[in-house]
Formats: sequence, C-alpha cells, structure tokens
Amino acid sequence: MKLIEKSQYTVLKGNYAVAYGVKLARVEVISAYPITPQTTISEKLADMTATGELKARFITVESEHSAISAVIASSLAGARSFTATASQGLALMHEMLHWATGARAPVVMVNVNRALAPSWNIWTEQTDSLAQRDTGWLQIYNESNQEVLDTTILAFKIAERVYLPTMVVLDAFILSHTSEPVEIYPQELVDEFLPPYEHPNAINFDDPRAIGAFARPDYYMEFRYNIQKAHEEALRVFKEETELFAEMFGRKYDTVEEFMLDDADYVLVLAGSTATTAKYAVAQLRERGEKVGVMRIKLFRPFPVEDVRRVLSGRKKVAVIDRNLSFGHSGIFYMETKAAMYGAKDRPPIFGYVAGLGGRDIRPQDIIDIYEDMKRREEPENIIWKGVRV
Amino acid sequence: MSWAWVEVKPNENDLMHPGHLACQGCGATIAARLALKVFGKNAVFVIPASCWSVIDGAWPQHALQIPVFHTAFETAAIAATGIRAALDMKGRHDVHVVAWAGDGGTFDIGLQALSGAAERNENIIYITYDNEAYMNTGIQRSSSTPLGAWTTTTPDERPEDRPKKNMMEILAAHRVPYAATASIAYPDDFIRKLKKATQIKGFRFIHVFSPCPPGWKMASNLSVRVARMAVETKVFPLYEIEDGEVYTITHWPRGLPVEEYFKLQGRFKPVLKDPERLAYVQRYIETQWERLVRLHEASHGYLPEEARATIRSAI
Ligand SMILES: Cc1ncc(C[n+]2csc(CCOP(=O)(O)OP(=O)(O)O)c2C)c(N)n1
Ligand code: SF4
Ligand SMILES: [Mg+2]
Repeated sequence: MKLIEKSQYTVLKGNYAVAYGVKLARVEVISAYPITPQTTISEKLADMTATGELKARFITVESEHSAISAVIASSLAGARSFTATASQGLALMHEMLHWATGARAPVVMVNVNRALAPSWNIWTEQTDSLAQRDTGWLQIYNESNQEVLDTTILAFKIAERVYLPTMVVLDAFILSHTSEPVEIYPQELVDEFLPPYEHPNAINFDDPRAIGAFARPDYYMEFRYNIQKAHEEALRVFKEETELFAEMFGRKYDTVEEFMLDDADYVLVLAGSTATTAKYAVAQLRERGEKVGVMRIKLFRPFPVEDVRRVLSGRKKVAVIDRNLSFGHSGIFYMETKAAMYGAKDRPPIFGYVAGLGGRDIRPQDIIDIYEDMKRREEPENIIWKGVRV
Repeated sequence: MSWAWVEVKPNENDLMHPGHLACQGCGATIAARLALKVFGKNAVFVIPASCWSVIDGAWPQHALQIPVFHTAFETAAIAATGIRAALDMKGRHDVHVVAWAGDGGTFDIGLQALSGAAERNENIIYITYDNEAYMNTGIQRSSSTPLGAWTTTTPDERPEDRPKKNMMEILAAHRVPYAATASIAYPDDFIRKLKKATQIKGFRFIHVFSPCPPGWKMASNLSVRVARMAVETKVFPLYEIEDGEVYTITHWPRGLPVEEYFKLQGRFKPVLKDPERLAYVQRYIETQWERLVRLHEASHGYLPEEARATIRSAI
C-alpha cells in the first residue's frame, strides 16, 4: 500500500485545516493571540500541544506584536515556528513583519483576511494582508480548505529554502469557519516532503555571532539585494515545490490557476475563495456561449509576472475583481496586474472592479454583472464599484 | 600633532572585547562586562534598540564573545522568551537567555511584553541597564528619568517633575521569583545577585544602575563615583525581592544628602539652584527609603543595627 493511501478523509473548517497543516509540519514553537476569525486556529493548536498530539511550545502572549516577535526569535534559535492572526492583529505586527524579512526568519503565519476598523467588522476583506505587501513576506492566497492545509505545509518548505517569512492567507468565515472535505495526509509522507528545519545563521554558542546587528550604508544595501534575490529564487522554488507536492500528494498548485481559459477572450482575475463563485458564474456564462475564463492569483509575493503575462496577453479584455482597496488609487490586485502587463505584448485593456468590502456578499450574479459591464465598456477604469449604495 | 597608538589585546578571561562603540566611562558597558563574567560563554544576549544596539559593534564585527540577538525596541522580553522556547525544544537547558535592555526599552515601550513574560514566569533573565533616559536617540526623558533631572525633552526651564517609575514594585506585583537592583559601583553585590539569578528558574529581573557621562553631563571618569553616590544618598538603594514578597536591602547606605550626588552632574543644575525643589526631592527620597526599610523589616522581622542610622526618625 502506498503511503498516500493511508490518508484520512474528514470534514474540516479552514482554521482546523490550518492546525492540521501545522501539526503535519511538526512545528516546534507556536505563539498567537486571539482575534476573530483566527482564534480557533490557536485554540486547536493549544489543544494539540496540551495533549502532546503536537510536540511544541505554545506561548500565550499578551499581543500579536509579541506573538510575531516570539516566533521570529525562536525561528532564529533553530525551531520551526508558527503564528496566526487577522486584521488588527496583522496591522499591529507591521514593524515585526519587516523585521522577520530582514532577519531572514522563515516563519510561517496564517492570516485570516478580515476587514480593518473602524467600523469594527469581522468579515472578509483582503486589505489587511495586501497592505503588508512591501514587508518582504511571501504571500499565498487560498480558495479551499484542502488548499489551506496543503499550502501551510508547502509554505514551510518554501520559506525554509529561501529563508523568507511566508504568509498563508484565507478568507474570514467563507473558509475559516466553513466545513469542507479535507484529506489529511499520513505524517510519514509529509516528513518525506518536509525535512527537519535548519537555519545556517541560527544562534550558535560555538560560533557566537550578532544576529541583526546594525549595518552602515556600506553593507545595508547588499542585505536588501540578497532579500530581493531570495524573492526571485522563491518564484522558482514555488514552482519546484508545487511540482513535487503534486507528485507526492496528488494536488497541483501553481502561481496562478487557470480556469476555462483555453479559448477565452475575456478573463476575470481574482484571488481567494471568491474564485469559486467566479468559476461557478463563468461555467454559466460558458453555457450561454460566452468565451470567458478565470485566472486566480495564488502567489502574490513574489508576484508571478511571467505567468500573468503568459495568461493575459492577447485576450480581448480583462477584469480584476478586488475585495480590497488602496485608498486614493484602486484595488491592489488590479494595480499589480496592470503593472505586470505594462510592457507585455498584446496587452489587453484591464478594468478594475472593487466588490465585497467588509464581507459584503459577492454572488454569482454579481460576477455575471461585472463580466457584462466589462464587455460593454470601451475605456478601462481604475475603480468600478460593484454593489455599493451611493 | 602626533598620534599615539595603543594596542589593546583582549583579556582571555573577558567575554567583552575592546573595540566596542560605547562612550568613555559608559556604565552600561561596565555592567555588561561584569554580567558576562558570571554568565560565561553559555549565554545569549537579546538586545532591543538602545545604546547597546550600537555598542556591540557594526556588522560584521561585534565585541561580545557570546551570541547576540538584536531585536525591536519593545520586544526584549518576548524575543528572549522565543529563544528560550526554541532552545528548550532543542534540549539546550544549559544556556542562559538574557534580555539586555535599556530603561526606555524596559520601563516604557517594552513594558507590555515584559509584563507578559514576567506574569508567565518565562525562564529568562531580564537585565535593564538604567541610564535614566533615552540615550541612543540623544537624551530624551523616559519614565525612569528621576525627579528634577534635565533631558532634552525636560529642559532646564521645565525639568522632570515626576518621580522615577518604580520598576521593582511592578515586577514584585508580578510575583516573579527574583528581582534585584544593582550598581556598577558595587560589583561584588552585582555579581552575587547575578550568580543568585543564574541558580533560580523562572523570570529573573536585575535593574542595574548605569551612569552615562554625556547624558548626565559629567566627566567620563566619574561614572563609578556617581553610581556609588546614588546608592549612598539612598537615591538608588540596593536590594532584592524574592517571590514578590521578601524584601532584602543588600547594602545599607551612609545616607548622604542628595546634593552630594546631584552636584557631580550637570543634569541636576536646575534643582540645585532651587532650594525648595531640592528639599522636596530630598523628602521624596526619604519617604521611598523608609518605605523600603519597612518592607525589609516586615520580610525579616527585624532591622540590622546599621539600618537605624539611615532613617530620619525611628520607625
Ligand atoms: C518603535 C521604536 N520607536 C523608537 C525607536 C527609536 N529609539 C531607538 S533607541 C531609543 C531609546 C532607547 O532608550 P533606552 O531603552 O533607555 O536605551 P539607551 O539608549 O538609553 O541605552 C529610541 C527612542 C525605535 N528604535 N523603535
Ligand atoms: S550615550 Fe551613555 S549609555 Fe550610550 S554609549 Fe554613551 S555613555 Fe553609554
Ligand atoms: Mg536609557
């Protein structure tokens, strides 16, 4: 019997899928602070560590700022380390997100996408994680609970190959608190995929170095150069590891997912669980003979410029649907997609739609409306609001 | 003009090598050198933003012969906690994880993480070297800045009008197994406390008084003398608190007038010129001292003979 046949099939909420991913990754230090809709991740991990199901130290800190600080430090002291948060918590961590990158701490963090206050709102929106775009973290967005579990495992593998912190992102409630069938792989197989963690510059008492020491202008820039190179490397590593993952676990992921795109003139671009809604709507549109498909962005940092160009070049029109907003400009996936397409051959006009902020529903009909609106329009616009009352 | 070169060879027994970047007479460096004599090579220093983020040296050099982990300003206690957790997972129970933070990083911005770590009784040693202001950023007040002191944000026209925050009481309120004050002018006392700390498990806190010549407006050869005067004037008493309950004064001061301490430093010039204010400061010091003596007496049931001389009136 092959190892993979020992998998357990179960039904899990997204947050528990995270916890099982963390367990399978044999994380050694965990620190997290309660915030809806992340809390059940830490509760589950607290259980697992309390019963010994997972051999790890769980540090019950007094803030998210401390949660991330703890795991950066433990990661550089040689332990595989994990934290999870959302929204306000992620915003509070901001300083340390830069720190994690600069210190080359390959911690993995799950962020459950939740809207930022005020007004208080616990529902899904991507602005929290996207606002951390320039902190140097890898960011991987997810569409299903299985993908969440898989990506949690993958994230450690990738992070630890390039020594960069990695954020795994899932939607509040739509994934975090919704049950879906999930395959939990046998530990031995995950162990084969993910070797024990080692960091070449971890604290070493036989070779006492200063980690994170101040650097004058004559050195600092090279550190930044190295981080950028690591991001470029991360793109290759992402491809390699998702290939290997597909071979070993039978599920194939890529930087972007292509759905009904072979002959598509029109493409809807988006990330996260809304992609499922978009696929459903596109399938209906296809029945009406519309030549439309979906490109789901999975890897946001490093941004897969080549793949985005390959998929979007030569199409008639592209609509990017953002469940997020960079005030004063546009949706963030929209601006990233546009920037990637600048200089590409056969660049289509790209339309920017903003929808579903603060967890407002994006229904199949909304997607169909957006598609029809794009088809009608001549000139692209940066922000076309969908579903706002004005 | 001629140059004189002095070749400084590191002392074999010293884990702090020459070539560090502190000012002459820096109390914080003396404190670290003493501490390392106790910890030896099996310690890691966790250093938040402070003078000490500079003192150890610019990459790729560093003066300490132990691993140093630099971290953000407010995170000394939690970074040390994270390192402890990792080392425990790796079975390295033989090493000390030492947070080494300034007063700003301890009394102010780092207080939250410190409180968390203290309350959870994390197995780390937290040492704050106290120079009574934000020195690294150019001498701004912190909540450790004492009554009457000048800093760049409490200028002579409006010197510090609040007493120094009592960190030891805050730690005692967390019921940590060990908290102690120490001074670079009393190395035996400091070293004894460090040794005691290494033999205890759980959260250990040492508050070491560390004069700063530029920040205190004094000559760099005065650091030890000034530190001694702070103790002998009862401005900075040497004591320890066990389990948040048992108070022990470890050195009975001579009880000199506070002026003797103030007049060595430029930062107290405005108070020295203001007799009313000076009297107020002296009264405040006496009350604090008497309070401490009462706590010592309550803990031990009696007072040693030398205690009597240090108190204004009989208790
Ligand atoms: C979040 C944050 N705010 C402000 C600073 C700037 N800063 C660096 S060191 C420092 C003062 C440190 O004071 P203290 O802890 O007393 O140490 P000292 O410099 O006196 O040794 C400040 C304000 C910083 N590095 N990080
Ligand atoms: S400014 Fe003060 S604390 Fe900082 S290095 Fe100089 S003497 Fe030491
Ligand atoms: Mg200071």
